[in-house]
Amino acid sequence: MKMQNKHIKALAIVIYFVFIISSFMIGFKPGKQIGHNFISFSIEMLKLLPCAFILIGLFEVWVKKESVEKHLGKDSGAIGYIWIILLAGTIVGGLYVAFPVAYSLFKKGAKLSIIFTYIGASAICRIPMTIFESSFMGIKFSLIRLIISIPLVILSSVWLGHYLEKRNYRIMEEK
Amino acid sequence: MISIIIDRKKTLTAIKISYKRFINIIPAFLAMLILVSIVLFFVSDKMISNYLGNNDKFIGITLASLFGSITLMPGFIAFPLCGILLKKGVSYMVLSAFTTTLMMVGILTYPIEKKYFGVKVTIIRNVISLFIALIVALSIGFFFGELS
Repeated sequence: MKMQNKHIKALAIVIYFVFIISSFMIGFKPGKQIGHNFISFSIEMLKLLPCAFILIGLFEVWVKKESVEKHLGKDSGAIGYIWIILLAGTIVGGLYVAFPVAYSLFKKGAKLSIIFTYIGASAICRIPMTIFESSFMGIKFSLIRLIISIPLVILSSVWLGHYLEKRNYRIMEEK
Repeated sequence: MISIIIDRKKTLTAIKISYKRFINIIPAFLAMLILVSIVLFFVSDKMISNYLGNNDKFIGITLASLFGSITLMPGFIAFPLCGILLKKGVSYMVLSAFTTTLMMVGILTYPIEKKYFGVKVTIIRNVISLFIALIVALSIGFFFGELS
């Protein structure tokens, strides 16, 4: 079953590229548009991802498991959440960068509720993005958004963390 | 760079880890890029501004969170777009539903999220995020006096 799934996926990818390439050859407009979207997004990500993953690698070798456990692990209190939100605030990119980082943090012993707070916070309170946002939407808008959403993110993460711990949830193991 | 000077071996291990992680997740990224390219073709900026201009606030919020959830846009495109919409008279409430779901709810990042956290958690997290976005939108509406 799993094998079959893989084949279908591979086939879909091949069809996609054949469609894009042939669209460029015969000048089929929608196909060309999709191709352009693909290329511009890929470039955007290729600018970010290698740096992000190198930082993840460095984090894995240099940061001690004990120190992550101490500040973000099971016995960390409210300060752990402040740390993780500050850490999330400095990230660039979006959710797709936050996921691999969150995975690394988990492996180093951070607790689940901290992990989900990290993901939520890196979505909503990246500092460069918030500054950019307030220049278009006004400071009031950004402030209300942050004041309302951060507590909600923390609360829901704590809940989700507890819920999953009760069920012995495990994040993907490395192959 | 500093890392190389301090400890060559450790840095090499780091690069190896980075590389392995990166290769592992590439298929999921490819899936996401393909989805993004197709969705953005069907949901253009123009379409978003047409629909969000709708006068009914609740339809506006619903559509805004729908667009925000199914699309993926870098901030440097999304916020200028919101700025334009704001000038056109779209309410703060609707725009906050759009930007917050854009940032927090990721249907297109599903392939990646699933790979790390599994299907169930991915769905729970996205549903929670959708609710948070709606609460944020209503609060924004309240503070900007747009609710009545």
